[in-house]
Amino acid sequence: MSTFEPTLLARINKPDSQLLETYRRDGGYEGFKKALGMAPVDVINQVKDSGLRGRGGAGFPTGLKWTFLPKDHPGPIYLAINADESEPATFNNRILMELDPHQVLEGIAISCYAIKSKKAYIYLRYEYGRSYRALKNAIEECYAAGLFGKNIHGSGFDLDVVLHRGAAAYICGEETGLIESLEGKRAWPRIKPPFPAIEGLFRKPTIVNNIETMACVKQILDRGADWFKSIGVPPDPSNPRDAGSYGPKLYCISGHVNKPGCVELPMGITARQLIDEHGGGVWKGRNAKAVVPGGISMGFLSASELDTPLDFNGPGKVGCLGLGTAAITVIDDHTSMVDVLFNCARFFAHESCGQCTPCREGTAWMHKILARIRMGEGQSRDLDLLNEVASSMGIIPGTTICGLSDGAAWPIKNAIKKFRSEFEEYIQTGRKTVKPSDALMEVH
Amino acid sequence: MPTVIVNNKPVEIGSSEKLNCIQAAERAGDTIPSYCWHHDLSVVASCRMCLVEVGEKKPDGTIAMQPKLSPGCQTPVKDGTVIVSNSEKVLAAQKATLEYLLLNHPLDCPVCDQAGECGLQDYSYNYGRGYSRLQEPKNIKPDKDYIGDQITLFTDRCIMCTRCVRFTREISGTAEMQVVSRGTHEEIDIFPGEPCNNKLAGNVVDLCPVGALCSKDFLYKQRVWWLKSKNSVCPGCSTGCSITVDQNEDVLYRLKPRENPQAQGSFMCDEGRFGWKYVQSDRRLTTPEQQSAGKTISKDWDVVLSSLTTTLADLSDQKKSGTFVVAISPWATVEEAYLLARFAKDVNPNARLAIGPVRTVGEDDLYPKDIHGRPSLPTKFTIRAEKCPNRRGVEAVLNHFQGEVVPFSSVLQEIDSGSVEALFVLGGDPEGWISDADAAKLDKLKLLVVQDLLASPASGKAHFVLPGAAWAEKEGTFVNHNGLAQAIHRGLRGPEGSRPDGRILFELSGRSGLFHAASLRREIASEIPELAALGVGDLGEFGVSLSSTSKTEPQPVG
Repeated sequence: MSTFEPTLLARINKPDSQLLETYRRDGGYEGFKKALGMAPVDVINQVKDSGLRGRGGAGFPTGLKWTFLPKDHPGPIYLAINADESEPATFNNRILMELDPHQVLEGIAISCYAIKSKKAYIYLRYEYGRSYRALKNAIEECYAAGLFGKNIHGSGFDLDVVLHRGAAAYICGEETGLIESLEGKRAWPRIKPPFPAIEGLFRKPTIVNNIETMACVKQILDRGADWFKSIGVPPDPSNPRDAGSYGPKLYCISGHVNKPGCVELPMGITARQLIDEHGGGVWKGRNAKAVVPGGISMGFLSASELDTPLDFNGPGKVGCLGLGTAAITVIDDHTSMVDVLFNCARFFAHESCGQCTPCREGTAWMHKILARIRMGEGQSRDLDLLNEVASSMGIIPGTTICGLSDGAAWPIKNAIKKFRSEFEEYIQTGRKTVKPSDALMEVH
Repeated sequence: MPTVIVNNKPVEIGSSEKLNCIQAAERAGDTIPSYCWHHDLSVVASCRMCLVEVGEKKPDGTIAMQPKLSPGCQTPVKDGTVIVSNSEKVLAAQKATLEYLLLNHPLDCPVCDQAGECGLQDYSYNYGRGYSRLQEPKNIKPDKDYIGDQITLFTDRCIMCTRCVRFTREISGTAEMQVVSRGTHEEIDIFPGEPCNNKLAGNVVDLCPVGALCSKDFLYKQRVWWLKSKNSVCPGCSTGCSITVDQNEDVLYRLKPRENPQAQGSFMCDEGRFGWKYVQSDRRLTTPEQQSAGKTISKDWDVVLSSLTTTLADLSDQKKSGTFVVAISPWATVEEAYLLARFAKDVNPNARLAIGPVRTVGEDDLYPKDIHGRPSLPTKFTIRAEKCPNRRGVEAVLNHFQGEVVPFSSVLQEIDSGSVEALFVLGGDPEGWISDADAAKLDKLKLLVVQDLLASPASGKAHFVLPGAAWAEKEGTFVNHNGLAQAIHRGLRGPEGSRPDGRILFELSGRSGLFHAASLRREIASEIPELAALGVGDLGEFGVSLSSTSKTEPQPVG
């Protein structure tokens, strides 16, 4: 592991790393040139061979996703880049966009060539002002240098890249919510099927990929599929659905650590390694009580589960929903899990788009229950009620259009399962974290 | 034929039919509860009330069920589709969804107009939990009485099915309604200053499955369980929307569209929906009168009718053509037109038959509208320029008896030229069908008989005034623009003194027995080939098309 050299973040500490000039000096856009000399299907195959799985959270194999597009489609095909990065505590895309935007744009150009798309939309969350300026400048540089536009490098390939700033909502990171928002509508996720690859943006076949995925595509074209596959974790033979977790990954570390930040590491590092070796340990000399493996919808790793490898397969083995965005949030042992869970519930109640009944009402109800518990008015049956509400709105039976309600329900079920005694003690002792008046202000 | 298995019952569907699980279950006699789904609107699958278990029966007989529940509205069925809507898993999901929907609902049924015909009440009773476990305060949302001139929104009763939003976007095309805010704080609203006043706006009240959108016209007027409904046809234009007439104790409270794929589809326009107030107008004619030289001779039905018969019989001695004219309004039913035409020809074979004024206003109004207010295709609703319900039916009768249809303008000319001595007008049009100037021409007549609904310049000059009934107060047949003959039924009794027009004409004709629309239809069918389709007598819920002798295939809506 000590020999691991960062590739995705290799340039971020260089001066003027965001400029085309320095990027080209570092061999930039050679991968794109190489791709232009290949048949699109060969580019797809190379990405497929690399085992690259989407970095947005769901971990769907990128090359496979690209093959879902209709063959020989006569009309336009779009690539929509999900730069909404709205999962709490996740900021790896931001670093890529701010400090190495051309790496991302080159990945976009290669991907567009592979899927025969002449237009890419980057859907950027509104709060990312610096990313917006860096990407905008980089796109302008590319047009000026003939890297975007008509007949690039005489290849006959045309490409336009549109930078679109969202209006800041968690749901805009859901791929069909993003598409609706790009079309100028309320970001209500669409019912599927049809999936975006068949009918997406403006009712045309559309691929939605994450920023980090694009950076990986660029590196795969530069260094080859075998290089990518040499990093990370092969498939778990005991899990037939695991497609392996290859390649470098940007892990975000936040919460109660001494040194929060974003580090590039091979897939499969453990939470404990991240905290101790890269995050400077838990702050104030305390111990970790729980770690969120990648976005709060994934659930929690308890203190005894910190050696779980953070690959696409690992967190699922200990009851988490998955790896998610690989953004760990460390919770120290002085923190009440009731407060943590209340925060989670408040977030999802605020961010539920309100389309489906179970999510719209369930997220708000769980928020109200947890607020009441924090006011010292909890009852022991509340935990079962929370569990029941969470079960009826998420995963089983999967009652909503998109995954937000699954994600909202999972940390509730997960926390009550793993930290039930703490919740029970909190309720039975009638502890109050907040004054009732404050809690009511928050709920309404 | 493709076969779908609903709760272990096989049910066949048409090979070209595109049905979802809700529709397929309905065929099998099972109900899958739903709120947001409506067959005329796009599918959003957001209320999650219709979650069912769906699977597929393989050719080898094995059944593979999907692990997750699927929304029935969004799931199309095909041969071998298996639907389970009564398993514990499904019932639990229904219970949960209803508990969610009622979490922030104010439960103000005692003061809610919708109570008694409310989707929340019905489903809570059939599928719900019976109690809520919410202990925290409910969200409180402001009522919005500004949604439209005719529409008010009780925001906290809303379940966010978005039917109203989709209606204004997809059917009217006017897009006034929208969703504002997010999550549990979501509300239906309009764009500030742009109220929902399009001509189809009232439909959002019908579409609302709960008591959120209410009609200001109907608000707090009646508890719906007191209302008695009769099927009828809106007389407002020649589209002939199928409707129900809702009354209590002979007071009409509201009209609602009744789904009829052969007529208008599922909706009706506000002109029709709120345009019935003349039925209860104090301008209604309620006293039969015989006038002579400005003096009232009689106000007794028996005296007036027998005196009229005698007068008309005297008239028949003058066999000169064209001196006796009968004008039958396109608001009259087929039966009335037939009775009067036949009576006139019996009294005087040279009687001239004319159609009353056919009122048209502007052009046909097509929906949906585009952003510029121009109609866009495909047309989903048409408000027709011809503002009468039965021109085609009356013309069919006139053509049969006379071979031509004389327009009312010719009648006025002939009266003006002095060639007409007697005129019998069968009216019914609630809008002024004759101007004061035209009415002045009627002074030249020796005999004027006006059988009408409302007082008019003509009724003021009439020698005989026969107070008739409004369309909601009588039985009969209207033939719409498309040749669809639909039955109207007597929803309520007219004001004292008025009589259903059919009955008046029946007595005038000296027929024995009582006026009975179905028997009369059979008589008409045997006599008038163009109206042979009426031979079924009972026109059923959806009517019959004149172009066939049996019930027709559904015509394109619009």
